[in-house]
Amino acid sequence: MLKTTREFLSTLLVMPDNWNSPSDVRDALESAGYLADDRIAQVVFLASRLDKPILAEGPAGVGKTALALAIAECTGRKLVRLQCYEGLDEAKALYEWDYHKQLLRLQSDEGAAWDDLEGDIFSESFLLERPLLAAIRSEEPVVLLIDEADRVEVETEALLLEVLDSYQVTIPELGTIEAVTKPIVVLTSNNTRELSEALKRRCLYLHVPYPSIERERAILEKRVPDLPEHFADKIARTVSSIRQVPTRKAPSVSESIDWARTLLTLGIEELDDATTASTLNVLLKYQTDIERIAKELSLDIDAEASPE
Amino acid sequence: MISTLTEFIDELRSVGIGVSMVEAIDAAQAIEYTDLQSRDNLRATLGATLVKNPRHYDAFDRAFDVYFGLEPLGDADTEEREGETSAEGGSGAGSGGGDGLMESMVDALLSGNSDQLRRLVAGAVDRYAGMQPGRPVGGRYYAYRVLRRIDSEELLARLIAALVPDDTDGGVDVRIETERAEALVQQVRDQLEQEITGRLIADRGRQQVAANRRLPLVEDIDLMHATRVEIEDVERAIRPLARKLATRLGQRRRHGSKGRLDVRRTIRKSLGHGGVLLEPQFKPPRASKPEIVILCDVSGSMATFARFTLQLTYAISAELAKVRVFAFIDGLDEVTDYFSADTDFAESLVAMSREAHIVRRDGHSDYGRSFTEMWERYPDAVTSRSTVIVTGDARNNYREAGLEAFERIVARSRAAMWLNPEPERFWDTGDSIMSRYSVACDSVDQVRTLRQLEAFVERATLPAHRRAKIAS
Repeated sequence: MLKTTREFLSTLLVMPDNWNSPSDVRDALESAGYLADDRIAQVVFLASRLDKPILAEGPAGVGKTALALAIAECTGRKLVRLQCYEGLDEAKALYEWDYHKQLLRLQSDEGAAWDDLEGDIFSESFLLERPLLAAIRSEEPVVLLIDEADRVEVETEALLLEVLDSYQVTIPELGTIEAVTKPIVVLTSNNTRELSEALKRRCLYLHVPYPSIERERAILEKRVPDLPEHFADKIARTVSSIRQVPTRKAPSVSESIDWARTLLTLGIEELDDATTASTLNVLLKYQTDIERIAKELSLDIDAEASPE
Repeated sequence: MISTLTEFIDELRSVGIGVSMVEAIDAAQAIEYTDLQSRDNLRATLGATLVKNPRHYDAFDRAFDVYFGLEPLGDADTEEREGETSAEGGSGAGSGGGDGLMESMVDALLSGNSDQLRRLVAGAVDRYAGMQPGRPVGGRYYAYRVLRRIDSEELLARLIAALVPDDTDGGVDVRIETERAEALVQQVRDQLEQEITGRLIADRGRQQVAANRRLPLVEDIDLMHATRVEIEDVERAIRPLARKLATRLGQRRRHGSKGRLDVRRTIRKSLGHGGVLLEPQFKPPRASKPEIVILCDVSGSMATFARFTLQLTYAISAELAKVRVFAFIDGLDEVTDYFSADTDFAESLVAMSREAHIVRRDGHSDYGRSFTEMWERYPDAVTSRSTVIVTGDARNNYREAGLEAFERIVARSRAAMWLNPEPERFWDTGDSIMSRYSVACDSVDQVRTLRQLEAFVERATLPAHRRAKIAS
């Protein structure tokens, strides 16, 4: 009995309505395996209070999408995901009329009055809903993730505005559909191009940079549980040092996790320069970057064959 | 709170960060859900609602420190501090900060005791800064005076000695511990700046201190006279811009049009609906393959700017396959290979200036000779698909303009654009012959800052009509 009560209480805690402070948010996110820093927790808290979308922007692989997934998980909401790409249009993002079905309807009932038919074929049963409409119409509360919003053309961004602004979608034939429950919206962007002012204005802006050394160490410890403590510290510091050097593709958090796993798998006990040199290719994806970093850190990448 | 907030927003706007009315209201609402005891939370709240561009965070932080920074440790604490310093045997002014201060600072930094550090820094400001109310000098002067006494070099050396393990032979260990030490010294600098700023505010008021501390935003830095630190900032910002330019140049055709009707596929598709031509099918638009030819003046007067041009080129070449770069001073040479996708930019720059044949005579710009050489040596480089971008100040040292060669190059291209880093009012003064070239170009733009470069990228679409081809 006691246990179920506690379970019940803990489900209450993870509902966004019951978040009373950023630290509640942080605890909830941590229960979903996401380590938020003060800033992230504060912004997510504000988003839940002000019903505003979050625009998370930062380099690839720092956990922007993971944040949305974690919010969905810890609030028990369903995740609706809109993956953006060049050429995304209304029919793929919002809704589309089901031509085939409409045609069948017309053919099956030849001779019927047009007025009846028109009202009929432009009704909800002929509507194909796409992620944005699905998120708005969903009966249960959802988290709407609009991933890599910087990939759509500037003109397409306008599609998002109505949803972000007032959580509604207007379909000319049907009128305006308002959200049943307000979704939590997270947009992510890799900053490959600047999003329009109009979009940014409607969002809370969350810049997600590479984590601090302390946070990265905590992330490593959480994601790679077998990792010895001093290893995590050294990895976090080394990776942070590598990020200071301008490279074509700086190592992301997922790459430093990969590195930690590689070292564990290889059964390496001491992370010395030779080991670092021979496993640098896990962290860096371009040969020029590897050479650059090796030079910068005075590592000898040719001296030793990689431990196989 | 609201009045401080509006002053703060005014300050952001003065720096050049556009804050809309809606965003200001958002900030005010968000503050209600913010624990004002925590500066970090407040910083997060204001950052999320007011500043929506990562490039502006430095400026935001500077302003935030003025408006919502920690109060400086005032006179009330002075006695306590005096007591402390004498207990530690601090020898006061005179002997370079005294060993006591240095050692307690190292202790405070290594143990991460920020309160202790704050007290020590405040004490140092008391003793060494020589701050007097109403004295018209900036905070940087006071910080300099204190830092000279604290001896930050020595502090760094001691921290490194304490942090780097004795028995290590690992280069990485030394490096990461040195970085840790540098971060700690930076902490002292920041704390010092915070303390001095706090005291200046007490003396002069927030608005004035904020105005004195203003730094130009990255996009407003003058590219021709940038400092080393500024150059680094700009270089970081330039890559997204290059990508934008690359997509702009490639996108043009796709936008709006779906391509021509594909009759065969439309009929085929209609079979599913009993032969009703329900869904017209279109041929995919032909993807345009933009080619860019960049002619870059790398002479002395253009050195800093050329660095950015080449950096931009370097970034573009990672996005587009067909980029050819030609550098010139009084001779012209192709330097494309120096800046291909898998080279290192800084090294390429050095290699280029050493190996490429860009100086033929005296090393002063000669546009005429360079354009002629371009036409004669690389007649095939420019085609009807290429966009030619020339970057230079058109200062020709009173030499032959080489208009004929330039016009031929332009006539063969799809579009020709000229970027001139000089202020427009200096064009055609002295040895500048901008207007003679500009007649042939599709566009000529003054580009001194990233903001202008960005505007150029925005505009970089094909001109509606091409100039009548000049008879050759």
